[in-house]
Amino acid sequence: MATLRTKHTASHLILPLSVLGLLIVINLIKGADYFSISVINGALYGNIPNILFGASELVIISIGMTLVTASSGGQDISVGVAATIASAVFGQVLIASNQDTVMTIVLALLASCGTGLLIGAFNGSLVAVFKVQPMVATLILFTGGRSIAFLIDGKLSPVVGTKLTGQIGGVIPGVPIQTPIILTFVFIGLIALVLKLTNLKLYAESVGINEKAARLNGINPVSVKFLTFLIMGICTSVAGFIAITKAGRHDSVNLLKFIELDAILAVAIGSNVLSGGKFSITGSVIGAYTIEVLNRTLLRLEVNTEAIKAFKAVFIIVLMAVSSPVVREFARKTVERIRTKPAKQEV
Amino acid sequence: MESQNVLEMSGIDKSFPGVKALNDVRFTLRKGEVHSLMGENGAGKSTLIKVMTGVYQKDAGQITINGEPMEFRSPQDAQNFGIGTVYQEISLCHNLTVAENTFIGRGNYRFVNWNEINARTKELLDSLGIPARPTQQLSSCSLAVQQMIAIARAIDMDCKILVLDEPTSSLDEDEVQKLFGLMRELKSRGVGIIFVTHFLDQVYEISDRITVLRNGQFIGEYEAETLPQLDLVSKMMGKALDAVADVHTQEPVLEDDSVPVLEATALSSAAGVQPFDFRIRKGEVNGFAGLLGSGRSESVRAIFAADKVTGGEVRVHGKRVKLTKPLRAMKHGIGYLPEDRKGDGLIAELSVRENIILALQVMKGFFRPLSRRQAEAFADEFIAALKIKTPTSSTPIESLSGGNQQKVILARWLLTRPDYLILDEPTRGIDVGTKVEIQKLVLRLASEGVSVTFISSEIEEMLRTCSRLIVMKDRAIVGELSGSSITESDVMHMIAGGGRE
Repeated sequence: MATLRTKHTASHLILPLSVLGLLIVINLIKGADYFSISVINGALYGNIPNILFGASELVIISIGMTLVTASSGGQDISVGVAATIASAVFGQVLIASNQDTVMTIVLALLASCGTGLLIGAFNGSLVAVFKVQPMVATLILFTGGRSIAFLIDGKLSPVVGTKLTGQIGGVIPGVPIQTPIILTFVFIGLIALVLKLTNLKLYAESVGINEKAARLNGINPVSVKFLTFLIMGICTSVAGFIAITKAGRHDSVNLLKFIELDAILAVAIGSNVLSGGKFSITGSVIGAYTIEVLNRTLLRLEVNTEAIKAFKAVFIIVLMAVSSPVVREFARKTVERIRTKPAKQEV
Repeated sequence: MESQNVLEMSGIDKSFPGVKALNDVRFTLRKGEVHSLMGENGAGKSTLIKVMTGVYQKDAGQITINGEPMEFRSPQDAQNFGIGTVYQEISLCHNLTVAENTFIGRGNYRFVNWNEINARTKELLDSLGIPARPTQQLSSCSLAVQQMIAIARAIDMDCKILVLDEPTSSLDEDEVQKLFGLMRELKSRGVGIIFVTHFLDQVYEISDRITVLRNGQFIGEYEAETLPQLDLVSKMMGKALDAVADVHTQEPVLEDDSVPVLEATALSSAAGVQPFDFRIRKGEVNGFAGLLGSGRSESVRAIFAADKVTGGEVRVHGKRVKLTKPLRAMKHGIGYLPEDRKGDGLIAELSVRENIILALQVMKGFFRPLSRRQAEAFADEFIAALKIKTPTSSTPIESLSGGNQQKVILARWLLTRPDYLILDEPTRGIDVGTKVEIQKLVLRLASEGVSVTFISSEIEEMLRTCSRLIVMKDRAIVGELSGSSITESDVMHMIAGGGRE
């Protein structure tokens, strides 16, 4: 019984982990120095830290995407845009204060989180109260959001880089790990804490699987969906915060462009059902890192930058085909046949 | 004799992870007979049917149709060989029209003539006396009508073999007779009908032969005429049945001076029930009787605030309360097991454990999750107490049989320790053994001081458990019967006449 139980809970991680493993093997074949880490200016650099650094925003947004997907059965395609708007507010507050203190950064971050919450509330009320399909509801901001961010900026690509933001987007002296990596881990920890201390998982899953039954058990599906969009708002603000501090300027046109697609992909690689219901944050986080590893693997294999997207697409097709129930069932039967054949021959 | 068999299945094996659902099962169906497939929940009836209709692939065994070996790889395959199926749970598309549902997935025409299809559907519906319009959305039809449309769809496909899996569980007596008329007609045309039901009387009314399964094993094949009902039940359960006789109606609760556990006056809801009065005392079991669509479900839903409450006053233990949403009702000690188990009750993909603790967890609140250990302790307690058959408490509830799913939902509400429990059709689609268990449980709860409202389509079952029956007709209460001497005909008379004796 015990083995059966662990098998059941761990099975959803098999796909993302095996993909990650495969990519690492490819990288090791390419060069055995894949895991090597060097210290530059007191901080760790190398393939692994670079991956963790590069995937920060995607990981955080994938967490929000997982929750929204679970409760509403749809995806938020405005996340990249929402992060851009929220970080525009962050930049403007910082520029307006004209000071480089921890206090101003915290204030600016709070303002940007407030913006994120507003965006979440906007999308959330469209989806939860007005029952608009999530993708259609978030299409509104997806279409117009970058213009809004540009209007907030007032000009193209304002510089917001200060010494402190540079440390947040890079390295704090004396800390050997790049700050975005730390921020990402702290965020993952916070989400884990929220999931442990509240019934968010049970509520979101119940609403995603059977809204009517959830309601008859006292759950308010409207609030649950709304809440997941609010959490998404926080996720996008934090992701935008990391992105803008990394870049040192606010590029309203290209900041986190198309990250929504990678985030949805991360959710899917994490073996989450895109039509809602049961979810695994761990799966999505691994999925997000996997996408980053994939990107960097293609670079490392010296695939032409222009061709990378095509290779990525092929990889995704193969991945989705392999993980489809049809192929899984086939694999299960083949394994069974191989197992039973020798037995028959003995008879 | 051989040539008479349209369908022969032998040596059928089928396992699911952790369960052997079918073990060397055989089944034969003759031309023009009604053959009942009997067994308790989890006996393997549904699995056997899914194997013969191509939904599941058998692990071993042989299926022949008209003497020719067959392999069905999909339901479509089976359909093409003339096997029509109507499942226990209605498997039509709610957001399509009646006509679309009747013709979807059939034939391979490239162009669709909707006028013709609507006309043909109308003809079909009229010939079967089904009260629905072809262009009506399926979801706007009652459950019973939906069921009949599913049957009409199967019948219209010129099937040689018709599988009816619990077709009557949501039909009232009249509709059942209509369906039986239809079955007899099809029988005379040479269609072989496989009939699955839990209603023993219906089995004897319509069947020629009976095959009994138990725990995935073939028990026997019998001529219906030569198998006494009691023998059938004991073969299904594997023991002689005296349990039904043990269930006795409680004595009417007569302490009229006590404060009712719940008292409603002029309660009405958006679902369209006439304002009604209702009261229930501590430890009382009462029931709403009436035909389908009479408003009995809507009434209890109004008490639980499952539908929007539009007026009226509710007192719990004498104190005036406003029950505006299910959570309020739950917090005042009311539990509600809904009529539509699949649509309103189950959270299908979640585990048995999560389904059991759900209501209690929600009552505790969003910020106070039960620990895993507590949850497991509760789940294990009720899995044992209600004898729920499940491999582990982490098994998704959807992989359990219908009766066990129902027990899980019951456990969910028992766990909240309610003062007042509303059970709407708790025994629908459930085998005799579990039915008796649930009836006994209701009476035990009552003796422990829990008030229960028990609704069932089987009046006989309500007479056995309820001490007071509220009779409904056309969404209004037409009368009340109490005492241990109520008979089925009393209830019938009241429904028909709409007045007191």
